[in-house]
Amino acid sequence: MTKKQTIKRKVKEPEPTNEESVSEQSDNEENEDLLQAVKDPGEDTTDDEGIDQEYQSDSSEDLEFESDEEGNYLGRRGNKAEEGKDADDDEGEDEDEDEDEEDDEEDDDSDDDSEDSDANDASATPKDDQPSSSKAADAQTKAEPIIEIIPRDPSKPEYEESDTSDEEDIRNTVGNIPMHWYDEYKHIGYDWDAKKIVKPPKGDQIDDFLRKIEDPNFWRTVKDPLTGQEVLLTDEDIALIKRINSSRIPNPEHNEYAPWIEWFTSEVEKMPIKNVPDHKRSFLPSVSEKKKVSRMVHALKMGWMKTTEEVEREKQQKRGPKFYMLWETDTGREHMRRIHDPVSAPKRDLPGHAESYNPPPEYLFDEKETKEWLKLKDEPHKRKLHFMPQKFKSLRAVPAYSRYLRERFLRCLDLYLCPRAKRVKLNIDAEYLIPKLPSPRDLQPFPTVESLVYRGHTDLVRSVSVEPKGEYLVSGSDDKTVKIWEIATGRCIRTIETNDVVRCVAWCPNAKLSIIAVATGSRLLLINPKVGDKLIIKKTDDLLAESPSQDIIENERIKTAVQWSNADPDEQEKGVRVVITHFKPIRQVTWHGRGDYLATVMPEGANRSALIHQLSKRRSQIPFSKSKGLIQCVLFHPVKPCFFVATQHNIRIYDLVKQELIKKLLTNSKWISGMSIHPKGDNLLVSTYDKKMLWFDLDLSTKPYQTMRLHRNAVRSVAFHLRYPLFASGSDDQAVIVSHGMVYNDLLQNPLIVPLKKLQTHEKRDEFGVLDVNWHPVQPWVFSTGADCTIRLYT
Amino acid sequence: MRRPKKYEAGEATQYISRRAALRKLQLSLNDFRRLCILKGVYPREPKHRRRAQKGSSEIKILYHTKDIRFLLHEPIVWTLRDYKIFAKKSGRDRAIKDFRNLKRRLALFPEIKLDHIVKERYPTFIDALKDLDDCLTLLFLFSTFPSLHLIPREQSNLCRRLTIEFLHYVIASKSLRKVFISIKGYYFQAEIKGQKVTWIVPHYYPFKPQSRQEVDFKVMSIFVEFYTIMLGFTNFRLYHGLNLAYPPQFPSTMLQDNADTLKDETSFVSERICALNFDLLRTDKVQEDEEEPDIDMELLEQDGDSKRIIKMKQEAQEVARLRTLFKGLKFFINREVPREPLVIIIRSFGGKVSWDSSVFSGSTYDESDESITHQIVDRPSLSTQYISRDYIQPQWVFDCVNQRQLLPTNKYFLGEQLPPHLSPFVDAKRDTYIPPEEKALHDPSLIETHAQSEDESDEEETVANEEDDTVEQELLDAQLQRAYQQETAEYKKYGGPDGVNEDEEDSDGEDFNDEDQESSDEEEELDEQTKRLQEERKKMSVQSGKVHKVNKRQLHKAEVDEHRLQARMVKPRHRNLFRKLIREKQTKEKEEWLLRKKRRNIDSDTKEAKKLAKREARKAAAAAAAAASQLGGK
Repeated sequence: MTKKQTIKRKVKEPEPTNEESVSEQSDNEENEDLLQAVKDPGEDTTDDEGIDQEYQSDSSEDLEFESDEEGNYLGRRGNKAEEGKDADDDEGEDEDEDEDEEDDEEDDDSDDDSEDSDANDASATPKDDQPSSSKAADAQTKAEPIIEIIPRDPSKPEYEESDTSDEEDIRNTVGNIPMHWYDEYKHIGYDWDAKKIVKPPKGDQIDDFLRKIEDPNFWRTVKDPLTGQEVLLTDEDIALIKRINSSRIPNPEHNEYAPWIEWFTSEVEKMPIKNVPDHKRSFLPSVSEKKKVSRMVHALKMGWMKTTEEVEREKQQKRGPKFYMLWETDTGREHMRRIHDPVSAPKRDLPGHAESYNPPPEYLFDEKETKEWLKLKDEPHKRKLHFMPQKFKSLRAVPAYSRYLRERFLRCLDLYLCPRAKRVKLNIDAEYLIPKLPSPRDLQPFPTVESLVYRGHTDLVRSVSVEPKGEYLVSGSDDKTVKIWEIATGRCIRTIETNDVVRCVAWCPNAKLSIIAVATGSRLLLINPKVGDKLIIKKTDDLLAESPSQDIIENERIKTAVQWSNADPDEQEKGVRVVITHFKPIRQVTWHGRGDYLATVMPEGANRSALIHQLSKRRSQIPFSKSKGLIQCVLFHPVKPCFFVATQHNIRIYDLVKQELIKKLLTNSKWISGMSIHPKGDNLLVSTYDKKMLWFDLDLSTKPYQTMRLHRNAVRSVAFHLRYPLFASGSDDQAVIVSHGMVYNDLLQNPLIVPLKKLQTHEKRDEFGVLDVNWHPVQPWVFSTGADCTIRLYT
Repeated sequence: MRRPKKYEAGEATQYISRRAALRKLQLSLNDFRRLCILKGVYPREPKHRRRAQKGSSEIKILYHTKDIRFLLHEPIVWTLRDYKIFAKKSGRDRAIKDFRNLKRRLALFPEIKLDHIVKERYPTFIDALKDLDDCLTLLFLFSTFPSLHLIPREQSNLCRRLTIEFLHYVIASKSLRKVFISIKGYYFQAEIKGQKVTWIVPHYYPFKPQSRQEVDFKVMSIFVEFYTIMLGFTNFRLYHGLNLAYPPQFPSTMLQDNADTLKDETSFVSERICALNFDLLRTDKVQEDEEEPDIDMELLEQDGDSKRIIKMKQEAQEVARLRTLFKGLKFFINREVPREPLVIIIRSFGGKVSWDSSVFSGSTYDESDESITHQIVDRPSLSTQYISRDYIQPQWVFDCVNQRQLLPTNKYFLGEQLPPHLSPFVDAKRDTYIPPEEKALHDPSLIETHAQSEDESDEEETVANEEDDTVEQELLDAQLQRAYQQETAEYKKYGGPDGVNEDEEDSDGEDFNDEDQESSDEEEELDEQTKRLQEERKKMSVQSGKVHKVNKRQLHKAEVDEHRLQARMVKPRHRNLFRKLIREKQTKEKEEWLLRKKRRNIDSDTKEAKKLAKREARKAAAAAAAAASQLGGK
């Protein structure tokens, strides 16, 4: 900073010269005096000041004044002018000046009012002086004769360099700080009166450029960072800068090649200054040293002492590991403590053909494989090979494997960081896990091919049932019809229209009656199909025509749930004989083996959802007073007086005589869809919507004996054959799977279950496949109904 | 009685987390790591992780409590602590510039002793041999290393010394069995005392600067620290087993770690190879006469000939043949060939080897030596060639060793397109894809027929395309017949112990007669294909009906369906396993299929190209002939 200031000072020197005067008094005489004074001392000293002051007796005050004012010349002036005090002083001293002063004052006023004008002045006179930019403007005209004088006085700087002038320069009171702190402000600091010093306006680049073109002194114009004013460098300054830049001594007067003065002699004198002769011992070898050396030699000879090389060699030898016979025999084992239960690390896999430098061509990756390999960059474990096979034409061309180091490192990590455990590696064939079952060929007969398709329904066929003699077939469909078919020919014998969707049909298992129970909407129709033996038809009609006398008073609960009635005449025409109207839609109807009782299920019926109807007495019962869940289906035991009720998750078995719960079967499935009981009554098959079929051995456990996942979708229904050890299941995956389910009389032998045949001819429609399956009562034939409006017979 | 708390007994007390182990041993993680590596202590996989971790299910590194307790008594723990003290004290001395003290301390640097650990980790010598794979691979890698920040120079020097000693043992004992050039390096497999030891020598130059995340040399260096000791002791015992002096003495010019070798890797390598081409000093001065295998043979002969014994006998014979595979052969290695593996192989199978003496030191004879039988060359052409020797490519040596016989050199001649180099480590009876080259190795008849068919087809292609099918059919038949004969012969060999030789000498006609006589018995053994083919051949004129074919497909479909249904009867507890196995099988089959398909495509492409080239050549020849005749006419 100090250096800067000095430069600044020097920079300022020419200013007064151009503007005639640094001192604002700008007396010509004074100036001359000053010039003289400065001239005289040449290179100034502070001492000279006194002389100066002596010279300038009249202006001394002013000078002091100035020195006091320091950098705030401009502002002070204006203030003074306003106050008029300054003016008084001036008047007192020089009347001549007064006029000028007054002018100045006016100017100054304007300056104060607006810095711009001042700035304009300054721009007009680029080398303007801070103290009197305005003055200069005035003075220019006046002091023209002096202009000639001033350029020739290089003594001005000397004057300026004096203490007073030094202080004079400091107009900005901010002190020694980085000036860029004021970059954002309009002012650049504060003067002595704590007034802001406003930054001179900055011309834009065009102005700069114009000045560069027009002003011949542009290149030597420098901006004073402290005041923001521009200063013009003198020739001396430039010379000085040049000398410094070229790293010469700044003072041009200094002579680098001055003659060398040898202050001390470099010659060695022949004669010593003191002339004492050497001592005798400097000629004779030392005895003590000789003794020492001889002792050392002896020590070396005896090996007590060693040379440094020997020591080094020994150390080297000592450093390396020593090997000896660690194991006495190949297999002999010395008992030592070892780590607990050691598990040796598995060896690395040995390379295959693909790793060869010249593999068979098929091992090289084609484009697709390469792409895939590169794609799995982030998951290298998923790659087929951990390296890319390559082929080289010659051994010489094989480069070092780039991942070799990394692989070795990973192996090291595995050795000490990978957890180890002894595991038995399962080395079995998948076939081994398939249970050994007899071949289906040995378990014939069973249906293998689709032989008939019964077409005629126009909507999905919900249910099918076969006549006990096995000649006719009844089916109920969503198109609100019940159709009776002749099995052998596939001919539809009769179509009975109902008022609602037919949910379930069930042919009475008693061969002496010809009744079909049809669940349509909330009505249960008992229909005489009028097919088969005429006598039986007649007998049935007779039986159903007369309603038995009601001697038992039915309670309210049943009355509100069920009403028995004879069919209307037009319905009578169709064959409907009795109508049992329920209070909720019926989902399922099932007969008891003897054909007197039938049970219906109404899932929405809450605690009255299962009903048992007695045909002979035209009476209904509600077996349960409490609902144990959403009842899905019910079933009569073929032999015993038992009643199976399937809720969503469980199956309950009730004794109808004792009226108590016998057993609860746990299915562990989400939703039961249907069930079927083995004709002997000890095994129950349950189908569920979660793709499973459960075989319960009722004597064995309440948990399934076997769970079969034969189907790929929800299983809709299952059915046991009455004679053959067969069962069938139908599922939403459009398949009917026929399985062999043999139950032995020997209680110790478990049932044998063998899936035999998958029959998949139904078409898919709206996520539904097969809805119901049923067996022919005599033949190993299975009927299935599907969502594709057909009934199919497999034989 | 106090009610037992949870995790106070059972699996929870058997395992200890790493953190707890550190606390128990009072060691820093670095020291613990070093201790684990040196002592061979590794984390354990508990049976029930949750139980072992006292209820937390995050994955922790668990050690067996007994292992940690075992480490507690390890003397080197104290050495590790001494290191710490040493570092502290010497650091202090250095800081206060007490150099006298520092020097004294440096002389007392605590040495770590690992001898007892080697004995403890490998109680028998065989155990050490079993674990030699990783050791050798790592040491061979380290022996090529330059001076690195974390690896002391002495360590890599020691590695060099020990690996060369081991190679010398392999050469002297002729125990090398299999070699393989992989893209990663050269695989060597030796059989030492019945143990298969496999190691990899990397291709030059394996070292590359690695980032710390990629490779931590510090860890590897600790491993090497242990492995050098282990290999040293192993070498010692191996050398003594062969009556060789240990450590082996090499001429003073070899293997001196002077400034030159340290600076120049190539000069080091050449010295190392040169050291390999040098017979070791024997302590007993008796030339070894492979006594051991002979005794074995006698023993085997006494035992009679059950299947296994026969197999072992064959194996022993093969090995005996292998050990003298290159005996009497003189090799000369051209300078562009990587010499090290070749020198090891040739020398360990009894061959003599040399190289250009002007380029590398240690050569024993010159290129101009007339007794050289093979010159190994790895360049497309050579200006001066001697008639007396075979110019072969290096792969010949490797393939010879793997097939345990001297192969014909014609496929490996100078500038020849090499046949694929197959890995000797694959199981011949595996159920994955086997490339045709490998099949040909096991059944030499295949390779002949292959060649024949090629030749014939080449001839026939020009004649007519129609004949092709019939000829191929015939070839196929012949092949099948041959296979069948072999099968029956083998059957007889194992069925009747007396008729081993007779059956082999039986002529084809006789065989056929036998077959006719005992047709009822043997037809059952025939696989379906041969049967069908025979039938077809018998009545060539009869066309098989289409209906039959369809039926067959249906039958197959039915079978598949049936199988599928049965597969759904897998027990629920096995279902996942079953699915996994099936999936694995499927991927394997797919891979095999893919390789087969690729091979087929490649083969057909090459055949096509060959045909095209031939046609072109013929056309050109015809044109030339025409031109010549024209010229002649004129």
